Order: sequence, then C-alpha cells, then structure tokens
Amino acid sequence: MLRVDQVDVDYLKRAKKRKDYAGRVIIVLLALAGMVSMLPLVYLVSTAFKPPEELFLYPPRFFVSNPTLDNFKMLSQVTANSLVPFTRYLFNTVLITVAYLFFLVWVNTMACYPLSKHTFPGKKFLFNMVTYSLMFIASAAGIPLYLIITGLHLDNTYLVFVIPGLANSTALFLMKQFMDQVPNEIFEAGKIDGASEWQLYTKIALPLLKNAQATIIILCFGGIWNESGTSTTYIYKEQLRSLGFFMSTIGGGIARQGVAGVTALIMTFPSIIIFVIQQSRVMDTMAHSGIK
Amino acid sequence: MSKKDAPAKEVAKTSDQPKKRLFNVEKRFGYTMHEIWTHKMSYGLVAPFFILFITFSLLPLLASLYLSFCYWNILQSPVFTGWQNYRYLFVDDSLFLKAFSNTLYYAIIVGPTAYIASYFFAWFINQVPKKIRPLYTLAFYAPSLTSSIAMAVVWGVMFSNDSTGYLNSLLLKLNIISDPVQWTQDVHWIMPVGIIVALWSSLGTGFLSFVAGFTNVDKELYDAAAVDGVTSRFQRLLYVDIPQTMPQLLFAAVLQITGSLSVGGTLAGHPTPEDAGLTVMLHLSDYSGTRFEVGYASAIAVVLSLLIFGLGRAAFKILSDKG
Repeated sequence: MLRVDQVDVDYLKRAKKRKDYAGRVIIVLLALAGMVSMLPLVYLVSTAFKPPEELFLYPPRFFVSNPTLDNFKMLSQVTANSLVPFTRYLFNTVLITVAYLFFLVWVNTMACYPLSKHTFPGKKFLFNMVTYSLMFIASAAGIPLYLIITGLHLDNTYLVFVIPGLANSTALFLMKQFMDQVPNEIFEAGKIDGASEWQLYTKIALPLLKNAQATIIILCFGGIWNESGTSTTYIYKEQLRSLGFFMSTIGGGIARQGVAGVTALIMTFPSIIIFVIQQSRVMDTMAHSGIK
Repeated sequence: MSKKDAPAKEVAKTSDQPKKRLFNVEKRFGYTMHEIWTHKMSYGLVAPFFILFITFSLLPLLASLYLSFCYWNILQSPVFTGWQNYRYLFVDDSLFLKAFSNTLYYAIIVGPTAYIASYFFAWFINQVPKKIRPLYTLAFYAPSLTSSIAMAVVWGVMFSNDSTGYLNSLLLKLNIISDPVQWTQDVHWIMPVGIIVALWSSLGTGFLSFVAGFTNVDKELYDAAAVDGVTSRFQRLLYVDIPQTMPQLLFAAVLQITGSLSVGGTLAGHPTPEDAGLTVMLHLSDYSGTRFEVGYASAIAVVLSLLIFGLGRAAFKILSDKG
C-alpha cells in the first residue's frame, strides 16, 4: 500500500515539474480549429450589418467595414407588405415555443421518474421501447401521422405545434439516465421520514431534475423556434403560422442577401444565447447520457 | 401498452404455483387489476408520455409497416398487394438505387467522420484547462445550433455558382480554375458540397455527450494507470478514456447512424440535375407527398428503417454487453 502511494506521489511530482508542451500545442491548435468552426457564424453577423454596396462587392469581402442597420429596416419594410404583421408571426412562435417546452419538460419529467426509481411490471419493456425509438425516423411515416393529426382535429390550431412532438424519446432517454445516477438512498430516507409517493416525486425528484430539464430545453429549443414544416402542412390560416415559416418565404434572391442575413441571425441567435447561459447544466446532464 | 404488458409478468410470477391457476380467468384478471392498482402512481406518471408516444410515433410506424404491403392513393381505401411494392423497389425502381447509393455515399463519409471528429474534439477539449473549456465547447457546438435558414444563407454565398461566390472568386484569383464551378448544379459537386456543409455542423448532441462523458472519468483512474506505466496522453486515451466512455460511444453511435442515413435535402435543393442530390428520404417524400403513392413510400420507409435498426443493433453488439 505504502509503495503504491509512493509511486503515485513521485509520478505527480514529476508530472508537475515536466512542462506540458503537448498541452499547450493542443490549446493553440484547438483554438485555431474553433475559429474555423465559428467562421460561417461570424460571416452571418457580418452580412446582417453590411450596407448594400458592400453586399455586392467584387471580389466579395468577408468582414463588414461600414456596419449599418439598413438590413433590419429593410426586413420591416418587407414584412409591411405581408398578409399578417411580422409581430403576429413572432407572437405565434414565442407562444408555441414556450408552450411546447413547458409541456415537454412536464411530460418527460413525469415519465423519467418511475422508469428510473420504481419497479413495476412492464418497466423494462417500456424503456427498451424508448431506447429503440432513438432509431425511429419521424418523418418516414408522414402520411399516417398526417391522418392521425387531422383525425384528432389538431390541424389549424396552435395545438398541432405542441402535442405531436411532446413524446420525445431523446429527451426522455437523457432525463432517465440522469435520474439513474441519483442515489436510491435519498428516496429511501424520504420514505422513512413518512413521505408519500407523491411527495417523493415533487419534493425530492423534481428539484434534482432541474439540470436535466434545462438540457432538454436547449436541445429542443432550436427545433421549435425554427419550426416551418408544421405551418406548411397543417396550418391554412396565415395568422396561425410561425416565424420560421415566414422567414423561409422571404429568404432567397441575391437582392435580399442582407435581409436573409438578418433573418438568419434572428433564427439562430436565441439558441446560441440559451446554450451559453445554460451550458454548465447541460454538461451535468450529458455526463450521464450514455447507454449503459 | 403498460396494461397489456402486465399479464405477461403475472405469468412469470405465478409459474411456481399449480398450473391450473393460469387458466382461472377471473382470478387472473383480478390479479392484473390488483397489480396495476398497486403501481397506479408509476403507471399514472408514465401514461402521458406513452399515450402520446403511441399515438404520434408508434402508431404511424406500425401503420407504415402495414401500408408497405398495400397500394394506396389516399382517396380510395388501401388494397393489399403483398410484396409488390418491395419487388418494384428492388427490381424496377432505378431511381431508388440512385437515391440509395447517394445516401450511402453521404452516410459512409459523414457518419464515421462526424463520429470520430466528435470524439476527438471532445477529447482534446478535455485536455485544455477547465476554465476555458466552455468557450471551446461553444465554438465547436455552435454550428449545429445554426438554423437551416442560416445554413442556406452562409453556404449559399460560399458555394455560389457565379464568380461572385467566395470559393469561386478565391479559386479564380489563385488561377486554379478558369471558369466558375457550378457547385450546386454540377452533378459531380452536388454531393461533396452537401457533405462539406453537413460536416461543418456535425458536432451535435453526440459531441456534447462526449465532452460531458470525459469530465465524468474518475481522475483517480489516471493515477492508477500511471502506476501501471501509462504516462502519455495517448496511452491514457487508449487504456482509460475509451473504456470509460463506452456508454457515450454507444449513445452517439445510435444518434449518428440514424442522423446520417435519414439525410434529406442537400444545399443544392430538390430536384437536382440527373438526381445527383437525391436521397432516400427525398425519394420517399416524392412518393408520399407529391404522387400520393403512400404504400410505396411506406415500403421505402420500412427498408430504410430496417437498415438503421440493423446497424443500430450492430452498434449495441459492439459497444455494449447488452447486445
């Protein structure tokens, strides 16, 4: 025992003394790679602020030299001619995003707790079904899904944005794996203190799941915020359609490059900001994401 | 689903009792109901998820499986035609073979590359000091947060077909080409360009899972390995990091297989010249959404799903003892 400790200490001492050149090389190379990875996003920001004469420069220039807000103004001009005011699309998207994420968290949190901490007949079968459904391609069964949704009269309502996507197997999978690493002793202690099953769930499990909830919000935010397919397929009333749908109709055409840049910025940046704010919580959850 | 499953468990539980009891319907039903009642809290909590899951995921999938053996144009009721759709798919539909080979070409390059890149970038990030890790993670993960609209804007300009496009103007300037390349029209370039765009945003959920998984590796294992003579970073990767991140490797593999085989349109859009950018998913949506041949579209979906399931099973076999 003593010998092992001795070796350990020696190793650590030597490791500290030796300069970690490889480590420094990694930091620098990784920073360069990271910059390359970010280039298109930098270009996106730069384009959004380019005045018209810079958009059509030849040869094209990457960075903006005289930033303006012209493109933002132009976006509001474009939307002035649309059937429904821009603010209505924005309102719709904010509403369906908040509603979807709220119920998504609710449904998946409820399901992950018994799958992880209870024993009941069929539990293993249900969870295996979730694991295998990670391999489902949702869009492959489009027509049957369409018939189910229209059969339930969800089309042409806000509900069609929210309800069909709530049972998200990736989200449930992540939450269940996160719940698994919470020691059972906590719940046993709660039971001894006389907590009911319901109290164990609300008073102990729910507060512990906050990070996992933040994670699935981040992973699912982009999908619902950019939503445009549902608007095209299920919504015929223009005033119920989403911002993503509207943005996909105005993009395109070289003349509107600046506007497209602004559009892209509006659609992308909320996801990035939310990720930055919640990153530590995400990491805490993803650490347990593996299939054991 | 949970209720249906209960009797099966009950059989297992009573198997050591006299066999006669299995046929006592009344008692058996009573026992099942009792079993459900005892676990009412569990079933109640999972019910919303699984009701939604069955309605909007499982049912459409099972319906597709049935419809793949039918001819159905939505207007009339489906007619059962046996294996006919599958025969047409493999024997007569040359366009499917084109779509399938395009998809495989894409998946074979993007799948492994993205998977390995995710792992190694995550591993490199784990080698830098803790304080700057979040910044590095963001830099690599941000592209996959980019909306599809933004992707089209950025890459559309990069691979623009005329001489004002970034890549064309750069190559013209360097005298590598004399005429602008038709990136999104030239049949030789449509798939490679699609692959480049996909690779840029390929560090997604799997990558995050790896980054997090590495931080979870018990640091004492490094010291223990050092005692056994493992000193360099790469030895540590081989003997400690890889075995310790097996669960994440499996999770990411499953997501990667599904993601790369179910690829839809590329930057070139749809349709493309000579169907150079046609993928299985686009072929499927042509039949279901445009031609309303739902039975045939379902057969395509079943074939693709079976391929994904098969590869997924293989991943389970290789990366987990669960097999």
